[in-house]
Amino acid sequence: MGYPYSHSSEVPLLSKHFGQPEARTLEGWKARGGYEGLRKALELGREQVIDAVKASGLRGRGGAGFPTGVKWSFMPKDKNKPHFLLCNADESEPGTFKDRELIRWTPHQVIEGCLIGAYAIGAEHCYIYVRGEFFEATQVLAKAIEEVYEAGIAGDDAMGSGERLDVTLHVGAGAYICGEETGLMNSLEGRRGQPRIKPPFPAAVGAFGLPTTINNVETLCAVPHIVVNGGEWYRQWGTEKSPGTKLFCVSGHVQKPGNYELPLGFPLKDLIYDVCGGLAPGRDLKAVIPGGSSVPLLTKDECLPCTLDYEGVVEAGSMLGCASVIVLDDTANVVKQVRRMVQFYAHESCGQCTPCREGTSWMTRILTRIEAGKGLEADLDTLLDLSDQMTGTTICVLSDSAAAPVVSSIGKFKEDYLALIRRGERVGAA
Amino acid sequence: MSDKPQQSSTVTLTLDGNEISVPRGSTLIEAAEQAGVRVPHYCYHPGLSSPAMCRLCLVEVEGAPKLQPSCVTMAQDGQTVHTNSQEARKQRQGVLEFYLVNHPLDCPICDQSGECKLQDYVFAEGRKHGRSQEPKRVFGRDDFGGDVLFYGDRCVMCTRCVRFMDEVAGDPRLTVVERGDRAIIDTFFEEGLSGSPFAGNIVDICPVGALVSKDFLHKARAWDLDHTPSVCTSCSQGCNIQIHTRDNEVQRLKPRENLEVNGFWMCDEGRHNYEWMNSPHRLEVPRVSEVAGESPVAMGWGRALDALLPALREGGPVMAVASPFASNEDLGALAHLVERLGGGDLVFRSPEAETEVVLPGFPQLVRRRDLSPNRTGAELLGFRRVGDAQGQGGLEAAAAHDGILLILGDELRDQEADFGTKARFLVRLGSTASGVEAAHAHLPITTHAEQDGSFANHEGRVQRFWPALKGPGAARPAWMILGTLAARLDPEAMEEGPGSAAEAFHRLVAAHGPFAGMSFDALGTRGVPVSQPAALQGA
Repeated sequence: MGYPYSHSSEVPLLSKHFGQPEARTLEGWKARGGYEGLRKALELGREQVIDAVKASGLRGRGGAGFPTGVKWSFMPKDKNKPHFLLCNADESEPGTFKDRELIRWTPHQVIEGCLIGAYAIGAEHCYIYVRGEFFEATQVLAKAIEEVYEAGIAGDDAMGSGERLDVTLHVGAGAYICGEETGLMNSLEGRRGQPRIKPPFPAAVGAFGLPTTINNVETLCAVPHIVVNGGEWYRQWGTEKSPGTKLFCVSGHVQKPGNYELPLGFPLKDLIYDVCGGLAPGRDLKAVIPGGSSVPLLTKDECLPCTLDYEGVVEAGSMLGCASVIVLDDTANVVKQVRRMVQFYAHESCGQCTPCREGTSWMTRILTRIEAGKGLEADLDTLLDLSDQMTGTTICVLSDSAAAPVVSSIGKFKEDYLALIRRGERVGAA
Repeated sequence: MSDKPQQSSTVTLTLDGNEISVPRGSTLIEAAEQAGVRVPHYCYHPGLSSPAMCRLCLVEVEGAPKLQPSCVTMAQDGQTVHTNSQEARKQRQGVLEFYLVNHPLDCPICDQSGECKLQDYVFAEGRKHGRSQEPKRVFGRDDFGGDVLFYGDRCVMCTRCVRFMDEVAGDPRLTVVERGDRAIIDTFFEEGLSGSPFAGNIVDICPVGALVSKDFLHKARAWDLDHTPSVCTSCSQGCNIQIHTRDNEVQRLKPRENLEVNGFWMCDEGRHNYEWMNSPHRLEVPRVSEVAGESPVAMGWGRALDALLPALREGGPVMAVASPFASNEDLGALAHLVERLGGGDLVFRSPEAETEVVLPGFPQLVRRRDLSPNRTGAELLGFRRVGDAQGQGGLEAAAAHDGILLILGDELRDQEADFGTKARFLVRLGSTASGVEAAHAHLPITTHAEQDGSFANHEGRVQRFWPALKGPGAARPAWMILGTLAARLDPEAMEEGPGSAAEAFHRLVAAHGPFAGMSFDALGTRGVPVSQPAALQGA
């Protein structure tokens, strides 16, 4: 059940209890089957938990879509130093608002996922790194963590198993780049939130220099369900390569924006026109950003056959990312939208790598000038060239993310740019 | 471990078409350096950690999906690396253009101009015309305290300064604040870098004109400066330095790399102690008293030496007071002359600091307690230290000496005005006037900045310096004067004094065991430990 809207096509697995304040309490969560997954995981043992997650085909919901079970198996087996699990709740991608809702409504689901994950990778400590602006979610989660410690679910003897499973809430200070896994680790350690050079990878040298796995909130929330019901059960939804359900954050020009939990592989067309109630009357679809602001735009023609699974969106010419679907109708000015996105990246660039630090800000200034009707056609070549210089040349992919919408919008919506350049007029108002 | 094949200590790779072998564990940028290929870079510095953030040193490694930062990528067997492929060049050109987006291009008024890596790289590989038409971001100037000024707009954000203060100086007073293109280097507190004893090094390692020295501000253009390798004289550490001169005047001192002594660094105390080399108050002409009881008069060297020799040939008890700021060659020539006169007491005085200052990230580098550059050399050559920690007193015997008294360098400022009046014959060699006027001869000598020579540092490392300035008037190196006097003592012998500092050095090598077998040329620019270190005190 989505929130605030719901639809019959939904498969409410993670979002089943959205909108129910009682589900936030330990008592209410237990009444809904809570912590059975953790109990079962502690009985099964580490290997079996990892095997179940591997069998489920669960893929990372933070954007990259890397198989979670495989990621867990990268952790060193012979444990001669502490391991850490980090839960990435620094949800900051423009257009994304699923983790916030998961924490707000089902804090115990998040904690249970964290404890199972920590147990599976042999970590005695899990840090939940929550975005600084999530005030309500932070309070809800802090309360829930107090509850699990009081109930003995977390702590030195988690659920009487003899295992030490600690969970700590860490509130960020509000930087997009701290959602990048190594940037998050630096921030957690009290350093500047700047991504680290890889290798070494987190499974070898992560938080505090120790083996670390980092997972998205939604990924970890799916884990208790998989442990309780088995890996095969999870595969009844979704496609062969992208199994399971996914929360889609729909925003923009649709009648009913919001979170919708749908099986992967759901048609994008149906999401917009059926689940979300379509566009405003008399409007036509112009573009869709299917995976948050850092993926290429899709045109209307590309949207219609597109299915929402990791492979389907790539086939359509973009990426599923964290499934944040931003819908633009024909009143939208693509140049303005892209300028706003690039401006966001310029603001959030950590400033380490030159191409990102200078490139994002330079592109913002060019796009602002074009938007103001003072652009030149040559600016488009410059933008494409800068995008090329900013792709694959930096420590993390923030600069690639800033370049992607620029390249795709110039490729697919060049007319919007040219109209502004030639006539000095704005196309559309929004 | 035992079943693993033995790894060789080198790896062999192909770099720009040439097969090279480098030590295992070298990064690609180090490997390239060893092969004579300099990969452009900003954030990498051999004395600091590598954050791989300037993205200028990216090179093509065959088989890798994208360009690799050569400062953190390890050289591996069988690798094929292209530092100058089209891809790598395109990347560098792109990054350089990014650097200029907000750069003020104020080269005409920038102190770094002429030795600026941004200038060099852009001239070498940048685009002919920048494409940015947008207004630039402006930061302005900030006083970082101490000797350091910060021009934020020129900064390339390599963070070498931040890492130096943290990793090497152990005094993390700088940081990056803000992010994106608003990121800027800043100090934490009002005092900034003030009082941090090694902070001046950040001006040297700043690849552009963002960090400049207040002392050097707008003083000279980099291309007008002559660079002369030398050794710092502010303590017995013997930091390798370069003396930068223009129009026969020292403009500044810079550290010179020597991993055995000072790494890439020097202390601010030493860096700023050069005004004395430019002093106009110098002895320029020999002044000798030819008739007993009359004041010395100015004359040329030929006449001066002729006037000195008869008094020296008369002989008698000899005593010499030298300075530990004199070179080995000067001290060796003095010891030789005293020996030729029949031998006598050789003493020197040297000042000491109350404390030592260690550079935490390179602990071999210490601002030593011993504040003279060649105390070790003096001791190895048979001189005995007298006086107190201020380098004063201890000359009661010299004051009472009634034979030949030779003074080299020491200004004797602490002595009574009648010092030396008891001596039958008093000769003083100095670059500046002394506090004592009783001498029968005042002979002008050059400073270490004006002559060839060597010092032995605190651990007995013998290091050369070269003449950076032309000495004033008729001033000559002390070894030349003393060596000539010694050679002419016996008018029948037809001996010659040493013709060069090298010859003066070889003469002392022959006479003094601790230096046995050493060669002046072999000292090179990095120095060589004395051949008999056991002779060192406390060794």
